[in-house]
Amino acid sequence: MANKSGRSVLHISKRGALPWYAAWAIRGAAIVLALIVSGVFTAALTGLNPLGVYAAMIQGAFGTERKVWILGQNLAILLCVSLAVTPAFKMRFWNVGGEGQILIGGLATAACMILLGDKIPNWLLIIVMVVSSVLAGAIWGGIPAICKARWNTNETLFTLMMNYVATQLVAFMVIVWEVPKGAGKIGIINQNTEAGWLPQIGSYKYLLNILVVAALTVVMYFYLTRSKQGYEISVVGESERTARYVGIKVGKVIVRTMMISGGLCGLAGLLLVGGTDHTITTTIAGGRGFTAVMVAWLAKFNPFTMVFTSFLLVFLSRGASEITTIYGLNHSFGDILTGIILFFIIGSEFFINYRLSFLKNTGKGE
Amino acid sequence: MFDFVSFFPRAVMQGIPLLLGATGETLTEKSGNLNLGIPGIMYVGGICGVIGAFFYEQSGNVNGILAVLIPLLCCMLGSLLMGLLYCFLTVTLRANQNVTGLAMATFGVGFGNFFGGSLIKLTGSDVPSIALSATSSYFRQSLPFAEKLGAFGKMFLSYGFLAYLAIVIALVSSYVLKRTRVGLQLRAVGESPATADAAGINITRYKFVATCVGSMIAGLGGLYYVMDYACGVWSNDAFGDRGWLAIALVIFTIWRPNVGILSSILFGGLYILYLFIPTGTNLAVKELYKMLPYLVTIVVLIVSSMRNKRENQPPESLGVPYFREER
Repeated sequence: MANKSGRSVLHISKRGALPWYAAWAIRGAAIVLALIVSGVFTAALTGLNPLGVYAAMIQGAFGTERKVWILGQNLAILLCVSLAVTPAFKMRFWNVGGEGQILIGGLATAACMILLGDKIPNWLLIIVMVVSSVLAGAIWGGIPAICKARWNTNETLFTLMMNYVATQLVAFMVIVWEVPKGAGKIGIINQNTEAGWLPQIGSYKYLLNILVVAALTVVMYFYLTRSKQGYEISVVGESERTARYVGIKVGKVIVRTMMISGGLCGLAGLLLVGGTDHTITTTIAGGRGFTAVMVAWLAKFNPFTMVFTSFLLVFLSRGASEITTIYGLNHSFGDILTGIILFFIIGSEFFINYRLSFLKNTGKGE
Repeated sequence: MFDFVSFFPRAVMQGIPLLLGATGETLTEKSGNLNLGIPGIMYVGGICGVIGAFFYEQSGNVNGILAVLIPLLCCMLGSLLMGLLYCFLTVTLRANQNVTGLAMATFGVGFGNFFGGSLIKLTGSDVPSIALSATSSYFRQSLPFAEKLGAFGKMFLSYGFLAYLAIVIALVSSYVLKRTRVGLQLRAVGESPATADAAGINITRYKFVATCVGSMIAGLGGLYYVMDYACGVWSNDAFGDRGWLAIALVIFTIWRPNVGILSSILFGGLYILYLFIPTGTNLAVKELYKMLPYLVTIVVLIVSSMRNKRENQPPESLGVPYFREER
């Protein structure tokens, strides 16, 4: 990066590993900067002082007990999808098809609930739902993986396209199952019998989802860092050639990992359809498949860090939705705030990975 | 029976935004940047044009040339800024391209929907909805004698100027990529930046210029959609997933903008085929027809990777950041 005419030269070099507190200080500074920018932006639009905006956001996220539960539920689902895409990313397999895998998992769940709803006992139905949703997601994620393993098909583009195939498949089934005919939606499935609804723990509607995902977080951490398969994933991700030399079957690892990734996305679909919404629409995934990519990447693929990054994004969207209701703004406002924060965090990674130094030009050049 | 004369123009009108998006994305990808923010950029391009036109129409007397120029410039400025942001993050700050692109898609779509939904409230004007009929009529202006030429006129001459501009842009991009020195160097940057760098090509500049020009072209796709296809009426989320479809089109055309002209019409046709296929009362099947463009893309993606012909592959370093000191 030599500057031809300037007197001082900006030199960029790769840093060794920063101590974790320094890295987090940089990220923290980026988040604070981003909050200031989005606060100013909001203030400019609503004419409110920025502090009031933050207060409204906190109010929106934690204001009432119900809001805290909704925050927890959204956090759980986003975290689940983020955990799902992580093994694939660690392998440098860009699974941007989380959206489709969630949908297909949800579709499988809904199919079980509708078709088997009153034919088999509830405990058996739930087992069938779990198995079929995970399997559906695994197949949906497995197809691009098989092509990647055999012919090196570009996985980013393939998984992206699979999202829309899944969306249309759901749209098709929604019309097939619609209640009443012509409504264009399914409505609450098994409203009277509650067949296939995941059990509620006590009076807390969302607690089961949160517990499942919490357990999953711990399992995923140990899977990635302590198991043989997790090790294979990191070797393939760092260097496919090395993996081949040491005798890892790269194709097998790719397909297996993607099936795990897709299967967990399918599980997220199960939690959404069977655990909370009890219905299915084409927008049930709500962009989480994409958001999860960013959550996982920001957390550097560490499951525990992901709890914080997904919390940050869920907090933002809940807070922003509060602002939009108070000031009658459009609900997309949250997306803008999320975008601003993400840009800052993405940009801050540079200062964690690279060192900037201003060298005096000695005349010798570089 | 299948009415081709009325089907074709609608397929073209569906195809033009895809063509512009795909041409822009092809240029971007040729420089090695996989810009997944294209859907967002197209929204931003559309809404910036709308904002420009909105203020101009509010100001009173509307002059034909300015009514076209102002939205056009606003649109290009908006999408240029998005392109610069992407380059700054991925090239200068070396951020991950997929993550940056997805963040831009979220941001851009949100930006479009937010201003589309709140423009009237924010400016405090007293119109019920954003309907830029005056501006739109200039964008939709077709040749005066087109209607007299019957089916031929309807199929080929009935479009607004942006449609023809899109085709010209695609042809020019194709020519530049294939036949000029700049195009050769750009392809070199996308295939093997280290080699290009050794040959004295300024990687950073090529990546910036290609991505920014690509963004501006893609932004025009958003503008065409609002001003021409939608008759100047902005409705939130109406643009839908066309941005992603444009990315699909890039693969389908195996990175050739001139192939994109016909392919975009094909995609546009597939996109609206369900309206023309008689399915009777079975609405559900129509949803399956909408799956077609994506299935076709997947097939092309698999087949081209199976045949593994060198000229049909994505740019070698697509999605891989380049850092000279890291070699």
